[in-house]
Amino acid sequence: MTARYSWRAGVGFAVGAVLLFAVAPVALSDFRLSLLAKYLCLAMVAVGIGLAWGRGGLLTLGQGVFFGLGGYAMAMHMKLADAGPGEMPDFMQLYGQLDALPWWWRPFASPWFALPATVLLPMLVAFLLGSLVFRRRVRGAYFAILSQALAAAMVILLIGQQGTTGGTNGLTDFQGFFGYDLDDPVNQRMVYFIVAGVLLLLLAIARQLMLSRYGELLVAVRDSEERVRFLGYNPANVKLVAYVAAAGMAGLAGALFVPAVGIINPALIGIVPSIEFVIGVAVGGRATLLGPVLGAVAVAWAKTALSEEFPAAWTYLQGLLFVLVVAFLPGGLASLVRMVRRRRPPPDPAPVSPAPVVSPQEVRA
Amino acid sequence: MSGLVVRDLRVVFDGFAAVDGVDLEVAPGDIRFLIGPNGAGKTTLVDAVTGLVKATGSVRFGDDELLGRPVHRIARMGVGRTFQTATVFEELTVLQNLDIAAGAGRGALTLLRRRRSVPVSVEEALETIGLAGLRDKPAGALAHGQKQWLEIGMLLVQDVKLLLLDEPVAGMSHDERDATGALLRVVSADRTVVVIEHDMDFMRSFANTVTVLHAGKVLSEGSVAQVQADPAVQQVYLGVS
Repeated sequence: MTARYSWRAGVGFAVGAVLLFAVAPVALSDFRLSLLAKYLCLAMVAVGIGLAWGRGGLLTLGQGVFFGLGGYAMAMHMKLADAGPGEMPDFMQLYGQLDALPWWWRPFASPWFALPATVLLPMLVAFLLGSLVFRRRVRGAYFAILSQALAAAMVILLIGQQGTTGGTNGLTDFQGFFGYDLDDPVNQRMVYFIVAGVLLLLLAIARQLMLSRYGELLVAVRDSEERVRFLGYNPANVKLVAYVAAAGMAGLAGALFVPAVGIINPALIGIVPSIEFVIGVAVGGRATLLGPVLGAVAVAWAKTALSEEFPAAWTYLQGLLFVLVVAFLPGGLASLVRMVRRRRPPPDPAPVSPAPVVSPQEVRA
Repeated sequence: MSGLVVRDLRVVFDGFAAVDGVDLEVAPGDIRFLIGPNGAGKTTLVDAVTGLVKATGSVRFGDDELLGRPVHRIARMGVGRTFQTATVFEELTVLQNLDIAAGAGRGALTLLRRRRSVPVSVEEALETIGLAGLRDKPAGALAHGQKQWLEIGMLLVQDVKLLLLDEPVAGMSHDERDATGALLRVVSADRTVVVIEHDMDFMRSFANTVTVLHAGKVLSEGSVAQVQADPAVQQVYLGVS
């Protein structure tokens, strides 16, 4: 069984790689390809949500925070690299409130700090927050509300600190990405390939986590936390791992979103985008590996396509979609696939006899 | 093997003493039945021993004091329990349920890898509880009795030294009860077992010793015959049967 699984997974990854690396770049225009890069970044967030929510039952309604931390970390580095050594980024000079670079900007000038920070900073925040929250046994709706509040707080903070964060405008107008000119379509294509590769990598990590003993334990915690505790585990730690992993994935997604799309601002990381991440995952099928990815890409694509046609209607459509999926298809579109598959083969007639535990002879002995 | 020693245990909910100064000694290897009318404090006693509710007094298992420790620490000290309604992980298979139960001491690296083989203790437990043929079935698809056995199997692979079973045969057929009782005997060969039960036939067949609780206090204690002969017990609970 294990061998068949890994064989199928190998084929799946190969097909995914061919689609992303060979078919998409040929079939899509530069504009559409850069849109796809954006969708794939959102899909990375979805992979993490699938792990934390689908497998771990943690309704992470505030992934925008981690997406934003990763995105701003990358954007700060790119701004500083554009400005050149010792210079302030253009928007700081424009607002003219500062004489020198704030201390917390400075380390981001080094790629050796900024790049790891895009992943580690969100993970650290998730670790601190998760340690507090899970140990106090905050769960369910309370956890979701808390995540939302955090996303709102982060947006308020960013907007309030306009002089150092770019405020509502966020950070944008990047020229280069590690020395490559971002206006050049060839380099944009390179960014797309990096995004696609990282997404496949994150899928591989998520798959390993889901199939590992940890993945089984995570499902056990989701379904019966108390029982797991009586087996000698601390469920808080189990949840913390999934939460931190999801935060790292969201951070990496945010970091790649910046060169792929060219902007990061509070509107991209607040409550609404945080909910949109979750909608994509719910539509695709939260407990599966690929469901969240396909759902996130489909919803993001539909958003672009439909808001080109009917700008006002998209919000309602999105809400309707979410309600319909939650009400009638709690397993998401992935459960449709399973339903079809289950209907096809005849049920295997393995009669199961109730097994007496010990024979009566042993009882008398 | 260790025994359980409870001294002056008190559990108070909003001024109501659910367990009101219980003293209890369960010898190593004993099968002790806790009986008593509804509300006598049987389940609350087990909750206190396993760390689920706060209590005062003392609960010692072997050399270790259990009171005041978190649930998962007590579990790691070799104290395991089941619940009135069987709680297994319904979406996981029988094998996965047992494997998780066997793994509380696993390190991070083992956890992050896939299960390549079935641990010996899990294989043995599958045989003992008679579910070897159902190992790949989701636990949610098991019959009620089988879920209870799976729970007991999880305690076995968890390698607990003290099993606290809360009404393990409720809702079981006669054959299933006998099989469960036999399982308890096998299990108690090198473990201490405490069973909360309402089923008097089951108690007569399989109890070594019995403690009768009433209104949070110990009413009577002894062998099945002694307890049944106790007029106080007859009055509050057993009736003359």
